[in-house]
Amino acid sequence: MSTTTTAAATPAQAAAAIPKARFDGLPIALVVLLALAALPLIGSPSTWVTLTVAGLAMGMIIFIIASGLTLVFGLMDVLNFGHGVFIALGAYLATSVFAAMSGWTTAPELWRGLVPIFATMFVAMLLASAVGWAFERVLIRPVYGQHLKQILITMGGMIIGEELIKVIWGATPITIEMPEALRGVVTLFGDAAVEKFRLLATVVGVLVLVAMLFTLNRTKLGLLIRAGVQDREMVESLGYRIRRLFVGVFVAGSALAGLGGALWGIYQHGVLPQIGAQVNVLIFIVIIIGGLGSTTGCLIGALLVGLMANYTGFLAPKVAMFSNIGLMVAILLWRPQGLYPVANR
Amino acid sequence: MNLLTLAGVHTHIGAYHILHGVDLEVPAGQVTMLLGRNGAGKTTTLRTIMGLWPTSQGSVRFDGQTIGGQAGQRSTPEIAQLGIAYVPENMGIFGDLTVRENLLLAARRARTVEQMDSARLEWLFGLFPALKKFWLYPAGKLSGGQKQMLAIARAMVEEQRLLLIDEPSKGLAPAIVQNLIAALRELKSTKTTVLLVEQNFGVAKALGDFVAVMDDGRVVHSGAMAELAEDESLQHRFLGLSLGAHQ
Repeated sequence: MSTTTTAAATPAQAAAAIPKARFDGLPIALVVLLALAALPLIGSPSTWVTLTVAGLAMGMIIFIIASGLTLVFGLMDVLNFGHGVFIALGAYLATSVFAAMSGWTTAPELWRGLVPIFATMFVAMLLASAVGWAFERVLIRPVYGQHLKQILITMGGMIIGEELIKVIWGATPITIEMPEALRGVVTLFGDAAVEKFRLLATVVGVLVLVAMLFTLNRTKLGLLIRAGVQDREMVESLGYRIRRLFVGVFVAGSALAGLGGALWGIYQHGVLPQIGAQVNVLIFIVIIIGGLGSTTGCLIGALLVGLMANYTGFLAPKVAMFSNIGLMVAILLWRPQGLYPVANR
Repeated sequence: MNLLTLAGVHTHIGAYHILHGVDLEVPAGQVTMLLGRNGAGKTTTLRTIMGLWPTSQGSVRFDGQTIGGQAGQRSTPEIAQLGIAYVPENMGIFGDLTVRENLLLAARRARTVEQMDSARLEWLFGLFPALKKFWLYPAGKLSGGQKQMLAIARAMVEEQRLLLIDEPSKGLAPAIVQNLIAALRELKSTKTTVLLVEQNFGVAKALGDFVAVMDDGRVVHSGAMAELAEDESLQHRFLGLSLGAHQ
């Protein structure tokens, strides 16, 4: 240890001469390709814009919901089939918050219309994280490392959650009236109509994405999460308590599922007790397509699923239900580990 | 004075009984080699010390306190925080992270590279120049030898009291092994206590002060490295191979 030059600057300069590993952009190109391929099939450019924005909005909501799940799996190898509970909780809380704030939802001003939506998002995240904390402590902690038991107990947890929701909110579907100020459409590019709420959902999704990418790529906490996804035993051997990190990620993932569930409920204009189970199927498709544990893969997978659902819903409604399964099969034939496989797994 | 003492350590992995009463002493400031054929229990011994497998019977004591055994099993992060670093056989490199990020992780108190001990980092770059060259490169793209250098450097980013290194020369070309020996010699000169698992007797001879030979989940011989290196009959007895074959 003889020299005292600044360590940070010198190696960075030395490395400048070395080609950095290229980012794999093919999956991103796939999203663009899917959108472009749909254009001639749909025909009308304005309809295409409407469907594409709807698909992206749906994709961003699915991303919000699925991102926590993929990290939970990546970090602790925990298969949480009960993620749907947090989605359903978020959606049902939206109905309650909207009912309690009916004075605001009927106001014509935009800012007054946004208040119940942001209040819903806040309440959904708060309660979903509290339930998530309890869920981890009671159901997940006893079954670390035991996949079969994880599947059984988390599914059981979801069934109990659904029944509790029926007890609190009733078994019949509840409609969610969009706040007055957010009803209707915004017209883009002349005659392409896009629902206002979808734009809002996209903006919220982008904010979550930016916050998540910042945390994962620019902070020590994110570095620990990324390292833990690859090799948790080594992270522990470096002296970090990964269980605490995992509980934190689980709670954050539950909060995001609650947020996404609230947006999903509003997006669908209503909720029913099975909402969690329905969205569960979609998010598992998304995280498998993306590569289990990968955040970037989760985003691309969510956008693909959102676009595919909207395009096929318009072009061939009868096959829409199966289109995402077909998408998953095609992608796994191309990349069996998903779009962005996580190294060392 | 012994920094680490294992007394009658038994380890079970699931239904398998792997260690059958390991007695091992690791003197402070010295390099102790752990030798033995495949399946003798060397890796399990290191993992047991690190708390990655719990000690089912017996005790592991580090600097006077119990870290493994029924008297008080510490968790792996707690053991690491006492100043024990571990380089596993598979190196434990985070392939998706850059060399820079791999080293930053090992500096527990630093949130950014700027907060790391720059003099120590320069010292590591002196030992392992490839790390400086590939600073911003994903560690998964490094060659096997470079990965091993990174793994060892990572264990040395902070001052440690004990280093557990599992077969660092495995699968490396002879020239790279010589570099590795040179780097480990430099480490040895800092008086860091090291417990090194090795199959390559040449490496063991070059670095070891003390040696323990394992067989069938027990330590069957322990003593000075020089004594084993000079006595071919001992080598035959405990390693089952001639010195020539081991080099």
